[in-house]
Amino acid sequence: MLGEVTQKRIADLKEKFPHKRSAILPAMHVVLEEVGFYNRDILKQVAELLDLSEMEVAETVSFYTYFPKEGVGKYHIQVCTNLSCMLLGAEELVHYLEEKLKIKAGETTPDGLFTLSMVECLGSCGTAPVMQINQTYYENLTKAKVDQIIEKLKKEIKE
Amino acid sequence: MQKVLFKHIDFPDQYKIDTYIRNGGYSALPNALKEHSPDQIIELVKKSGLRGRGGAGFPTGLKWSFVPKASPKPKFLLCNADEGEPGTFKDRALIENDPHQLIEGIIIASYAIGAHRAFIYIRGEFAFGANRLQGAIGECYQKGYLGRNILGSGFDLDLNIYRGGGAYICGEETSLMESIEGDRANPRLKPPFPASVGLYKNPTVINNVETLSNIPHIVLNGGEWFASMGMPKSTGTKIFSLSGHVNKPGNYELPMGVTLRELIFEHGGGIKDNRKLKAVVPGGVSTPVMTPDLLDVRMDFESLYEAGSLLGSGATIVMDETTCMVKSAYRISKFFEHESCGKCVPCREGTRWIRQIMERIENGKGREGDVDLLRDVCINIVAKTVCPLGDAAAVPVMSTIEKFRDEYEYHIKNKKCMVELGIRFV
Repeated sequence: MLGEVTQKRIADLKEKFPHKRSAILPAMHVVLEEVGFYNRDILKQVAELLDLSEMEVAETVSFYTYFPKEGVGKYHIQVCTNLSCMLLGAEELVHYLEEKLKIKAGETTPDGLFTLSMVECLGSCGTAPVMQINQTYYENLTKAKVDQIIEKLKKEIKE
Repeated sequence: MQKVLFKHIDFPDQYKIDTYIRNGGYSALPNALKEHSPDQIIELVKKSGLRGRGGAGFPTGLKWSFVPKASPKPKFLLCNADEGEPGTFKDRALIENDPHQLIEGIIIASYAIGAHRAFIYIRGEFAFGANRLQGAIGECYQKGYLGRNILGSGFDLDLNIYRGGGAYICGEETSLMESIEGDRANPRLKPPFPASVGLYKNPTVINNVETLSNIPHIVLNGGEWFASMGMPKSTGTKIFSLSGHVNKPGNYELPMGVTLRELIFEHGGGIKDNRKLKAVVPGGVSTPVMTPDLLDVRMDFESLYEAGSLLGSGATIVMDETTCMVKSAYRISKFFEHESCGKCVPCREGTRWIRQIMERIENGKGREGDVDLLRDVCINIVAKTVCPLGDAAAVPVMSTIEKFRDEYEYHIKNKKCMVELGIRFV
């Protein structure tokens, strides 16, 4: 459930726009920042805070793919596989991560730490191949770089 | 060649307002607000010949002039920063490295059309860029460039950032408005056009990041100066996002009308690993593919159209001889299936059928007659949808069939690619 600070941030959004429905997407960005995922209970709460029906919130949120649902790992690895990245080895990058994390794309590691997804163009084609982990971009990827990044994240968790 | 938009792109701390001002920034704004009437600004932009850099190339000044002046309704200016056309990464560079150039353009554009509220709609993934913009907007309020009575001119403007949620369709102007209104972002039928019925049913102008970033320079240097660069009907400079199999991928600001050859071989350093060029997509994946015999085509709206393709967003994706065109087209077809919003049946069903047929051809299960079937599905999407996404999905398939039909036939007959993509991820 949403904490007090999160609730206030969302409730405050209502006044920022001519129509309160406009606050749905900004509210979901707050949820992503504060919680990292959403579920039905969270959508219900967002709806109450914005003075909207649960249906109104759900129909809008379900249009978008950027907000992960409950069950997503602590680190959401999103690999761009669109054309420019594909030309420079994005498929091999996905396979490398699959082997490294011992999961298939679309799955989460049993410890709940990593989710691996293939996504559409991230707008970073000049530095392909590219992946986004949570809010951060990692560009010009090589096997060595991927090793470093994953090691660093694992260390972060231990600390 | 003198750079305009990218002049300070690598300058340290250019994103901070003091650095931007030291480099000449915010000198167009007082000039615009105090020495020009809104109509004079519109005339100036018309004279410059500036055309929309998002892909459609509509004349910017003309678009602004469509806003009904007498309307008592509030007017809105929207900056389209939902950069999502695969291959395009120019707006991201402008936003992250020179956000004030964009904001200055937004303030002047808002003044010209009489808007007191503006939004920058930025794609959700650009978290870093959104933070940069947020910081820059905060600086502007402190300095009095945004808010009430800007620089004592009596003009008020509030600017907000609106972050998207990972939907390509939101780059389409009416979808973008639906998205800000909090609805599912299905495009609207036009007319009415946004200039009369736009955001919250009010008169609205929507311009791309690169378009708006040009505005301060046009105010400072004049319409004739801008029109003196580039081509007669495609004026100014253009940022080309170069990616794929080139030695030096990246954003290059060059005059409109630069040849594809110069872009790839002089600026991009040629094809990676000394391989041969096979194909180029000149304006993002929704534009028709071109072959090396067209290397001397000029990169501007008219020349590329005459050559059978489109300038689009200027996103140039280069493919070398090891690229399987069927596989590339299949990958693009997956993208459009994923991004079709589902409003129009020809696009919703057609993009799935295209992907299914492409998938079986790619996987060695193609059937005789599949190529003609693909063409048939494409033809039945084109011009039958509310927004251009349907056409965008059909075009790459049709153009690869036209230019590389032998690869499709080979795939179906031999159940494999004609070429192998080398190992690229090391």
